[in-house]
Amino acid sequence: MDWTLLTVQLLNGLQLGILLFLLASGLTLIFGIMDVVNLAHGSLYMTGAFLCATFTQWFDSFLLGLLAALPAIAIIGLLVELIVIRRLYQRDHLDHVLATFGLILAFDTLTQMIWGPDGQVIPLPAWLDGQVMLTADIVLPTYRLAIITTGLLVAVGLFVLVTRTRLGMRIRAGATNRTMIGALGINIGMLFSIVFGMGAVLAGLAGMMIAPITEASIGMGNQIIIVAFVVIVIGGIGSIKGAFIAAILVGLIDTMGRSYLDVLFKLFMSVQNAETSAPAISAMLIYILMAVILAVRPTGLFGPRGR
Amino acid sequence: MTANALLSIVNLHKSFGGVAATKQVSLDVAKGEIHAIIGPNGAGKTTLVSQLAGVLLPDSGQILFQGNDITRMPAHRRPHLGIARSFQITSIIHDMTVLENVLLAVQAKAGHSYRFWSSSSSDASLVEPARASLEQVGLQHQASQMAGPLSHGEHRQLEMAMVLATNPALILLDEPTAGMGQEDSSRMVRTLQALKGSRTIILVEHDMNTVFTLADRITVLVEGQVIATADPDAIRSNPRVRQAYLGEELNSIPGKPHSENSITESPSAC
Amino acid sequence: MSLTTLTLRGFVTALTLVILALVPPLVNLTGNPFLIDLATRCVILAIAAVSLNLILGYGRMISFGHAAYIGIGAYAVGIPAYYEIYNGYLHILVAMAVSAVFALATGLVCLRTRGVNFIMITMAFAQMVFFTFVSIEEYGGDDGLVIEVRSEFSRFINLEDATVLYYVCFASLLVVLYLVKRIVNSRFGMVIRGTRGNELRMQSLGFDTFRYKLICYVIAGTICGFAGALLGNFTNFISPEMMDWTRSGELIFMVVLGGAGSLFGPVLGVSVFILLEEFLSGLWLYWQLVFGIFLILVVLFANGGIDSWLSGRSKRSHDS
Repeated sequence: MDWTLLTVQLLNGLQLGILLFLLASGLTLIFGIMDVVNLAHGSLYMTGAFLCATFTQWFDSFLLGLLAALPAIAIIGLLVELIVIRRLYQRDHLDHVLATFGLILAFDTLTQMIWGPDGQVIPLPAWLDGQVMLTADIVLPTYRLAIITTGLLVAVGLFVLVTRTRLGMRIRAGATNRTMIGALGINIGMLFSIVFGMGAVLAGLAGMMIAPITEASIGMGNQIIIVAFVVIVIGGIGSIKGAFIAAILVGLIDTMGRSYLDVLFKLFMSVQNAETSAPAISAMLIYILMAVILAVRPTGLFGPRGR
Repeated sequence: MTANALLSIVNLHKSFGGVAATKQVSLDVAKGEIHAIIGPNGAGKTTLVSQLAGVLLPDSGQILFQGNDITRMPAHRRPHLGIARSFQITSIIHDMTVLENVLLAVQAKAGHSYRFWSSSSSDASLVEPARASLEQVGLQHQASQMAGPLSHGEHRQLEMAMVLATNPALILLDEPTAGMGQEDSSRMVRTLQALKGSRTIILVEHDMNTVFTLADRITVLVEGQVIATADPDAIRSNPRVRQAYLGEELNSIPGKPHSENSITESPSAC
Repeated sequence: MSLTTLTLRGFVTALTLVILALVPPLVNLTGNPFLIDLATRCVILAIAAVSLNLILGYGRMISFGHAAYIGIGAYAVGIPAYYEIYNGYLHILVAMAVSAVFALATGLVCLRTRGVNFIMITMAFAQMVFFTFVSIEEYGGDDGLVIEVRSEFSRFINLEDATVLYYVCFASLLVVLYLVKRIVNSRFGMVIRGTRGNELRMQSLGFDTFRYKLICYVIAGTICGFAGALLGNFTNFISPEMMDWTRSGELIFMVVLGGAGSLFGPVLGVSVFILLEEFLSGLWLYWQLVFGIFLILVVLFANGGIDSWLSGRSKRSHDS
């Protein structure tokens, strides 16, 4: 049993989970409060990464680049809400899906127009680029630990915001009863804009944090957005707690599955069969998980209870 | 359970998170009677009807229909036993025509609908009964109009036509005259009166004039519990009923029961 | 909807069908063989769109994973071909059978969910199929599978000939349109349309709406699988890309553009989409930007699609 590998993979799974949480939390809020299916969330993730790349180049510092990109992506999120999303509130989900799909096309092309077809590399500063020795044998890249730490801090911050502030109270009220909050005199328009902006920042942050590892590339949001949706479906629409638990669960299962499924299969299958089937099945694991959970609980783990 | 009872409710109980909406309700409905269920808002009338319709499952107790236990039967099987229901908030299909709406109701009882080939709207065995139901409620001239744009009263009539088209033994009516004007209400009452004896009707209503005109027996529900089940005169003079339920309203009923006078709107219950 | 009615809509429908029927002779006249390719793609995607319209337009089941059936159908041609089994009848049978089974299995899970959960889970199942084929190295994985020989039917139907392939596809489209028309007007179709309008009402009338929706879902998947088999033959190249979720999105757009819930709308939607795509991509490198904006504008301001524009009606409002 290779404990080093196991620990590394566990932490990788945790890191994926944290990133998924950043994406999923915004998505579940936007859906829970505004009832909008936002496929373009992945585009905000991508745009955040590209903005960070550019600002990092301008300021010659990753940290400054990140700090500058955050408000920038917030502004872009607010603009998107103002111009497009605002018109979708009373509409069918089908309209949401198609309109935000159109946004994806627009974003992908605009990104290509501005930054060209190639990806953008974000170099890490020396102090983040090293490694940390947890034990004598287990060595981890510093940056991954940084991602996990930052993500957990943001998660805590989000919990505090939602449970202990007035804004959070309005958000929770909105998630449970949309029509009521209007009657209570809360400015719905502004609340929605703030929520969408928050979602944009969270998504952008996720993109910014992953970009030094994977590079900012066109369409990078289009695959991960599906996984984010799987997370909110498993966790239950509108629930941040659900998004967190589901995200960690999905991150761990996906990562550990890819690493260890063939080992598991070899226990009761021939080596050859295990090696051909494991990659396929491991890719499907999170969808199988989702199907199983929905079969037992059609609204997700922490979703609104049905009848 | 009385020998003549079409429907028997035995100790039905339903709670929502600690609050009992239906508290040990027992009552019998005789075949051919119009049985009204009245009570203040929040008394649990719609909850009771929902359990009878199978949309809500009771926590305990029994519902017996024609001697069979249907307590946990799914909603979509009950119409096949002969139970039909209308909704408090009109529930028709807006983007189909009036005739198509009723056609669906007829179709539901005319064998299975796993037929993929022949056109349903040119099937006389479906269309004739559908038109007959429309005539029963007076909508036959609007048959080919889209259902959505019709007036509220016409929607309620269509809903009634759909209920009647399934040829039910028991009809559950949840506030059939809700939101209707004087003329429409009168017409609805006349339609229901014509059904007396041939069908059994459970009627949830707020409009006291309608109730006292139509009902053979009345059950009063307060906070989920039955406080009285009797004929209209007995109910009107029952002190517990007067005390529990808007005594003023009961006082405003005209002296003669089963009056043929035009129905006036009663003040809405709070 | 009758073809003999002299309405604008009827006229456009007839005209489109006539043009499609005459593509090969037109190609001979203009000497531009590319037109047949365009038309073939159009017709095949139209079959897929018509099948999607059955559940999306008439049934309001917003499946974001319909492209999975195109992929399944295509691989049903590709994988046997890989083993040098070229029997066309077998290909079609496998395409439709596997599609039906997949639709049944996924439908049993999907159709118990509502709203966004339904959209997401259909998308996720399609991704599952996508990843499955990506990871099977044997059949090309990410790089895809090349088909040397097209499906073989009788001596008289030689799919290697572009014109024959085109007419097989066009005839299939006509058959599918007729089938869907009969289904929609049948008792079954009425139940599906009623369920779209008000599911609770339908249940209280006595219909087991879950079962009806499931059967509709399976029918739609099966027809789309057939379209996939045709597409595999046409492109001679099969890759998991065919079932990427963005393909499903394009398919939905085509249906909505043409007019969801109308019989011929999907055909018009596909035609306009493909023509627009061809035209724009020739004009500007960044044509997808225009496309994306066009999509947003259609959704915001014209979401009854071409069909409602032709019949002069604004989008019918559905019960939500």
